[in-house]
Amino acid sequence: MIRFTIRRLLSGIVLLLVVTSATFFLAHLAIGDPTAGLLGNNATPAQRAALHERLGLDRPILAQYWDWFSHALSGDFGTSWRNFQPVSDQIALRVPVTLSVVVSATLLAAVVGTAVGITTGLRPGGHLAHVLKLASVVLFALPGFWVSLVLVMTFAVRLKWFPAVGYVPLTQSPSAWLSSITLPSVALALAAIVMIAEQLRNGFVEVNRQDFVRTLRARGLSSRRVTLHVLRNASPAALTVLAVMFVGLLGGAIVVEIIFNLPGIGSLTQSASQIGDIPILLGLTAVTVVFVVLINFLLDLVLGWINPKVREI
Amino acid sequence: MTDAALRAPGAPVRAELSLWRRFLHRPLGVTALAVLLLVVLTGLFAPLLAPHDPNLVDFTLTQAPPGAEHLMGGDSAGRDIFSRLLYGARTTVYGAAIACLVGVGIGVPAGVAAGYFGGAADRICSWISDAVQSVPGMIVLLIVAAGTGADFTVLMVTVGVFMTPGYYRISRSRALAVRREPYVDAARVAGLTHARILHAHMLRAVHAPVIIQSALTAGVAMGMQTGLQFLGVGTASAPDWGQMMNDGFRTMGTHPLILLWPSLALGITIAALAFIGSTLADLVSVRTEPARRRRTAPAGRHAVDAETPASSGALVHTVERSALRIDNLRVTYATAHGDKEVVRGVCLDVAPGEVLGIVGESGSGKSQTMFSALDLLSQDGRSSADGIWIGGREAGGLSRAERHALLGTRVGYVPQEPMSNLDPCYTIGHQLVEPLRAVHKLTKAQARDRAREVLLRVGITDPDRVMASYPHHVSGGMAQRVLIAGAVAGKPDLLVADEPTTALDVTVQAEVLELLRELQQEYGMALVIVTHNFGVVADICDRVVVMKDGRIIESGTVGQIFAEPADPYTAELIHASQDDSESRDDLDAAWHEAGQKVHT
Repeated sequence: MIRFTIRRLLSGIVLLLVVTSATFFLAHLAIGDPTAGLLGNNATPAQRAALHERLGLDRPILAQYWDWFSHALSGDFGTSWRNFQPVSDQIALRVPVTLSVVVSATLLAAVVGTAVGITTGLRPGGHLAHVLKLASVVLFALPGFWVSLVLVMTFAVRLKWFPAVGYVPLTQSPSAWLSSITLPSVALALAAIVMIAEQLRNGFVEVNRQDFVRTLRARGLSSRRVTLHVLRNASPAALTVLAVMFVGLLGGAIVVEIIFNLPGIGSLTQSASQIGDIPILLGLTAVTVVFVVLINFLLDLVLGWINPKVREI
Repeated sequence: MTDAALRAPGAPVRAELSLWRRFLHRPLGVTALAVLLLVVLTGLFAPLLAPHDPNLVDFTLTQAPPGAEHLMGGDSAGRDIFSRLLYGARTTVYGAAIACLVGVGIGVPAGVAAGYFGGAADRICSWISDAVQSVPGMIVLLIVAAGTGADFTVLMVTVGVFMTPGYYRISRSRALAVRREPYVDAARVAGLTHARILHAHMLRAVHAPVIIQSALTAGVAMGMQTGLQFLGVGTASAPDWGQMMNDGFRTMGTHPLILLWPSLALGITIAALAFIGSTLADLVSVRTEPARRRRTAPAGRHAVDAETPASSGALVHTVERSALRIDNLRVTYATAHGDKEVVRGVCLDVAPGEVLGIVGESGSGKSQTMFSALDLLSQDGRSSADGIWIGGREAGGLSRAERHALLGTRVGYVPQEPMSNLDPCYTIGHQLVEPLRAVHKLTKAQARDRAREVLLRVGITDPDRVMASYPHHVSGGMAQRVLIAGAVAGKPDLLVADEPTTALDVTVQAEVLELLRELQQEYGMALVIVTHNFGVVADICDRVVVMKDGRIIESGTVGQIFAEPADPYTAELIHASQDDSESRDDLDAAWHEAGQKVHT
């Protein structure tokens, strides 16, 4: 178990290093001269040269990389090139907003997806199962921002049940916070709900065919208890999808946050990429990958707990 | 080497032809394909179809409602929405095509190579694929967009790179599967180079899943593309749907129609792609959906069926003296080819303290007979009978809950395959203790004591270690002992053992039979053993029932049947148990011969 944990953690750290380094070089390659975006079109060549030097862009790229990398190792992601505020402060300010939306979308997907998955899994030929199949086909493909627009048009503009835009911190007013993240969370969660339900339904059908289910019933266990056994055996595929969806939700949140005007990492990513603020972009990448690694690590732990055979491979 | 020689036996050749033909029989798929074709053609011929210049600004048209001249009205800049929508289809289709081409171009060769060659290439490619999947794609896309001045083609190539893992995974798993096929071995033995095998077999194997994946990918790529354009990233000169949605979004409160048109166009296009993909996937997948259960079973169906004789077998005990009594049982399974009757009117009974053997080959309906007696049929099977009595009580008259309550208390069940009959996610101890607590209402300590006691009784010397183990930690013989312990832990009056020794080593078989006999005598249980082996019958049974094709063809005491089998099929089965050289064909021949004798 300890070896399993260490191996997963090491693999996560390698992934983090590789992805952030690749992003560093990609960003410097793509954004050849960041001063153009930072200073705008009206800046004089002298101003641009001064900024160029101040940002250390005149040094060899490998020296710049080492500079960034060695600082990042100690948790220092440098300062923004636009306002020279620490990157970590700016990101820390916005992460709670994005996490509010993404975590509630994930919870929503887990709870509703599991409920629908179990219901349709117990009656795989029923009407709900057929509706789910059609819904999963369409909702998987439709982008979150498209769903967001439909939700905003319906529930915010027409019915006025929820605010169309804006964010209220949890600490300020829990009910207003909930109401401000409901539509974005639902928009993000819909595709995940049907994916999880579909996985769980397939898992139920598959596990129900296995011999041990009949044996459990033969021992006299109630169908509720047998269902719990089936659920545990059927859940790994659905959990894996949930973890993959979480990564997708972090990306999808960028556009959704802009539609709902939420001050999360989405709008920061957009503005930083437009002006070429590379330190911010690198910080955002690092934070996102850390979340991805953490989620995958948690997933592995949970999968190992669900089925102990997995731990020994 | 000719093409015909390349196609070693078993290679799938005709599958693709019939796939498209079958696709055309699906109304949903055809409709979706028609919609997609319409969008693609619209994109191709936009300059011919558009009634106006999509970029022409006419201030009188600003946010104009739909009219005869401008079908969908004007946008906030005073441009004709309908014309922009047609040109937007061009951008959307072009972008999705690039993303798919890049995904196929990188993902499929890498996946096929990884699956076919395996080893280090596989590990490296798979790691890269996983890494790409955990990269926040949107951030990288925005970086690329910022750096390249939002060049649309470069942007869509990047989207394609993020679509690569999907193609990689399906190609790899297909290549892995095909590699294990005998015709690939045959091709290698025939001296074909890797390149030719890859070309001849792998590409054919992956092409259907790749088309399905492309339908999905195109939809997702369109979503990312319009999402980026919605953010203001992408070419400004050519009209596109994302930018039109952004325009509509800003005036959503006052002019919702401006947002509606491009949203509808995008939604319908993506849905069409999704339905094409899912229809294809349905057609390709070998996964069989469980047949829909009929709400109402046709009443008295078997009575109408004149070909089937009323029932077979005999009842030798009175109802009161029987532990299990089955009268005229029929079991039907819903299959893809319609209903199939697997048990066709079976009568049998067993008294307390008696051991009954049900003998027959696989498919003779012997297991299904016992499953329906215990109410353990799988979901697509259903049964009817003139009566089933358990412990002298008519089980047909009981409610579902009352019937279920017999399981684990009055009736125990020992399955055939020991390893697949234990839940791999729970410890053996949990699986023994749970029914004792839930069904027999013992306390945790009592249940553990009882479990330990039965494990010792079935010959497990270290019950505590076994109870703490997971099923994959114990041997097949040990697992079968655990299953027997689980079946008798509730002290049932009737024990049903379905081929209890078939999956075990020969040395363990005898021990398990001996154990069953001891337990049967100790508890005074009625024991029903389902088996294909007359050796088992001779060892342990008092009476025997011989089944073939869902009917009982002979029954009697073991002494009678062995001394003078009335049916030639029984004689063949007995002979086959003594000497394994007999094949199924010989048995069938004997059966048909016997049938002809009866008829003439």
